[in-house]
Amino acid sequence: MNDQGPDNASPAQMILPQMFTDWFASRGWTIHPHQREMLDRKDAPALLLIAPTGGGKTLAGFLPTLVELADGEHTGLHTLYVSPLKALAADIKRNLRMPVDEMNLPIRIEDRTGDTSYTQKRRQRADPPHILLTTPESLALLTSYEDAPRIFKGVQRIIVDEIHALADSKRGDQLMLALSRLQTIAPDLRRVGLSATVENPQAIARELACHPDPCPILQADPGPAPDIQMLVTDEHPPWTGGGAKYAIPAVLEQVKRHKTTLIFHNTRAQAEIFFHNLWLANDDALPIGIHHGSLDRSQREKVEAAMVAGELKAIVCTGSLDLGIDWGDVDLVIQVGAPKNVKRLVQRIGRANHRYNAPSKALLVPANRFEVVECVAALEAVRAYDLDGEPKGPGPRDVLCQHILITACAGPFDVDALYQEVITVGAFAQLSRANFDACFDFCATGGYALRAYDKWKRLLQRPDGQWQLRDPRAAQRIRMNIGTIQDTETLKVKLKGNFKALGEVEEAFAATLTPGDTFLIGGQIVRYDSLKELTVQVTRDASKTPKIATFMGTKFATSTQLQARILRMFQQESWPQLPDHTADWLQLQRDISKLPEADRVLVESMYFDKRHYTCVYSFAGRNAQQTLGLLLTQRMEELGLHPMGFVATDYATLFWGLDPVTDPTTLFDVTAINDGFETWLAGNAVMKKTFRGAATIAMLIERNLPQARKSGRQATFSSDILYDTLSKYDPDHLMLQITREEALRGLVDFGRISEMMTRTAGRIDHVTLDRVSPLAAPMLLERGKVTVAGKAAERLLEDAAALLMENAGLSQLPQ
Amino acid sequence: MLAKTTCTRHLNTMNAHVFTFNEHTMHAEPTGALWLPEPHVLVVSDLHFGKSDRIARRTGTLIPPYENLETLNRLDADITRLDPKTVICLGDSFDDLDGVEAFDDTNRATLTRLQAGRKWVWIEGNHDPGPVNLGGTHVAEYSIGSVAFRHIASAAVPEVSGHYHPKHGIAGKGRQKPCFIYDKSRLILPAYGAYTGGLSATHPDLRGLFDARAIAVLTGPRAIALPLTAPKLSSAKLGR
Repeated sequence: MNDQGPDNASPAQMILPQMFTDWFASRGWTIHPHQREMLDRKDAPALLLIAPTGGGKTLAGFLPTLVELADGEHTGLHTLYVSPLKALAADIKRNLRMPVDEMNLPIRIEDRTGDTSYTQKRRQRADPPHILLTTPESLALLTSYEDAPRIFKGVQRIIVDEIHALADSKRGDQLMLALSRLQTIAPDLRRVGLSATVENPQAIARELACHPDPCPILQADPGPAPDIQMLVTDEHPPWTGGGAKYAIPAVLEQVKRHKTTLIFHNTRAQAEIFFHNLWLANDDALPIGIHHGSLDRSQREKVEAAMVAGELKAIVCTGSLDLGIDWGDVDLVIQVGAPKNVKRLVQRIGRANHRYNAPSKALLVPANRFEVVECVAALEAVRAYDLDGEPKGPGPRDVLCQHILITACAGPFDVDALYQEVITVGAFAQLSRANFDACFDFCATGGYALRAYDKWKRLLQRPDGQWQLRDPRAAQRIRMNIGTIQDTETLKVKLKGNFKALGEVEEAFAATLTPGDTFLIGGQIVRYDSLKELTVQVTRDASKTPKIATFMGTKFATSTQLQARILRMFQQESWPQLPDHTADWLQLQRDISKLPEADRVLVESMYFDKRHYTCVYSFAGRNAQQTLGLLLTQRMEELGLHPMGFVATDYATLFWGLDPVTDPTTLFDVTAINDGFETWLAGNAVMKKTFRGAATIAMLIERNLPQARKSGRQATFSSDILYDTLSKYDPDHLMLQITREEALRGLVDFGRISEMMTRTAGRIDHVTLDRVSPLAAPMLLERGKVTVAGKAAERLLEDAAALLMENAGLSQLPQ
Repeated sequence: MLAKTTCTRHLNTMNAHVFTFNEHTMHAEPTGALWLPEPHVLVVSDLHFGKSDRIARRTGTLIPPYENLETLNRLDADITRLDPKTVICLGDSFDDLDGVEAFDDTNRATLTRLQAGRKWVWIEGNHDPGPVNLGGTHVAEYSIGSVAFRHIASAAVPEVSGHYHPKHGIAGKGRQKPCFIYDKSRLILPAYGAYTGGLSATHPDLRGLFDARAIAVLTGPRAIALPLTAPKLSSAKLGR
């Protein structure tokens, strides 16, 4: 069907057709060894290519397709290309056009994403192109149509780009489940993964392959080692904070000296603040832009266009620029704030210098004294090529539930065959039949202890034993809700009288705003006026400093591997690799108290300014330290120690209260902590949030409703109600099991608390001091302190209501 | 009996919002029920029994089928506490008339127990415009003195109604909660059913039904009264 001559049959070298050799020559290029090897091994059922950015990765992926299609013999879909970003699909389409047009190849290339028009999509189903560029969600949607077998029958190859970015998320799991479906439709389908540098290529290869088939890994030449250093500044980094304002003159100097600089930040809030301060100091008016996920799409596109046109000297950005769109001539990457995760740092560094074989240049800017230690540890890890990664859990069952429903949309199916298909997906290979059946039962009947839906089952068994949707019209609703991307509840921010939005803020942040408050968005200071129909109305404000920090955003926790490295560094006799100011600080801590050790918990009790402070160094990462803070204050309350509040960082939690902790061992009673955790977890907001996510993915809650029903405002109710009801009447339900599993891994991160408890096994070093220790001192200045409130919230509401009644003159009404 | 009444009154003034509406003393209970201590009448609105059944039938989505149980448990608690002579369900008691079939034997037994020894009035709503075979009287409207009890607010005041599922709150002080709204001629009850959403009390459809001195009473651990329209000058004093 797509013979390229006799060579095709043998695994030996495949001859590149003359027209391709000529084309490479005409561009003055030679084919890279890994591009050659991709051609040689094009018949492998699965193949993973690990290549640095700029290494001709995409062409390596597509070259076998172009060669196979060159003779014009193939009709219908030949290659599917899946990428995590819509923008990437459009970018690739442009880049692929070049060889196809220049060699005059008879190949039709189209993209299909959420942005593709309805007519175009219909036409693509009737008459698919040779190469279809799409996203995991659009592909899942395609497999839900009854004509999916016809569309995909002849498909030969699937290329999954930036597979490392997908592999860590539910989007990747959904994609691999869709692939298992395609493999049944098109048994000869070959799978190709393209990945940036990762710590564990075998793990990604396992996910890509049709289990238990092998998946060979091709490693492209990683290119020269990156040139990466810590930025040296005249001014010392401050004791605390995340702004890195001290480094602004030095950063501006670097921007001036380079062609284009990307300035990465860990959070959107930090990016906004840094950008604001950068402009206040930007006396030469260097063209610098900002790019992050909370900005309105049109704002982001403007910055992207300016970047491609070479009009910007620098972009202040966040993870929204992590993925491999080619922005042109970036010759310096600056990471502000400790990188928290070595793998991400390496991938970010790779954003500089897209020319193959030129070293990437990067600078790390610690935001405070502790981050100096973290940055140095990260630099050592990069040099030792010691990448980090948390082992991935088993395939998420909410995604499986959605997959079962998608399968049902396409037509009647056999449940045993579906199970066999699902366990060919690496992440689900260990899925037991019982767990699969529980998901299937959830889809068919709801899976409730109260069997209420005998009459209205979602899936019905037909006389021939196959299963189908009870009501075929339900397929439309299911299709409308395909996908695993979580919508965070955000509100648009608009300037008064303007039609276009500046960006978005989280609902929880908007709720804390009082008219007159000023905050930063898109580099501007704005004043909050009012909330109108889910839009935050603001006006520009002339003040120089915003009153409150911007939206919260996700805070990454420092990875376990990086933490271990820091703890090892603490054990050194001296620290020649650290700047004096930081080495002296650690030495002082060693003289006055102790430096924390990996297999022990250090607890410092201190008295300062009429409060008793207790600092617990357990190096479990920010989320786990926060959870530990909540659990231990609860424990302190029980022990009558009157805790008043705490603050958590990546390495420690600092508590304060009216009474001193004299015996930390009672505080760390494992049974008491576990019991406390159970009660605390059930009522926790994190659980409700996680439930909403899982229930939406499993299609228990519909994110999108058909147009006609959107107006029924009173008809929709909060998912919290469902969570509370299930917890009360059906606590073992599948959805609650999934919620629990996920919360423990994610924001609650109880896994790392358990890990810490095992690691230290009750070995506690208790130091009592009459002053605050050097390591604990910066924590006193940390933001994000949590006050122990209890019933205070309800009372605050009552007080506020009483004040309103009085102001309105209504409190004197006869009652 | 006398001792019990005193006890009830004591409990009510602890957590309920007590007010006078067209010469009737009324208690806006924190549960969302309305209690008239003089005639011993309990009023609840928008129970929406059979909601999960209707969603399953219409859309295929199978949400947790526990709303009948939960709503009946709430009703049971209020009836046991207050021991009303009359219970008025102010319409939309059922999400639709087919939902009555989804009312299983356990639910029916509970309802029968609650109805025993008292008058039970189903007022028809837009969701349940016909009679149900579950005991009690079925009427379009009901009145106590000059006050009419009906499902949807009308021009014929004074009246007590439901339908809108009003909710309200103070920005920055937690989520919006289901609420009562009243002025001198109109009282609208919150939805009492477990699976009910809400319409913001400041929505023009609702706001327009009341005069400038209307009061909203939030449900929750305690009933909390606040003006329906917050006076502008005070917002700065509210703090965080």
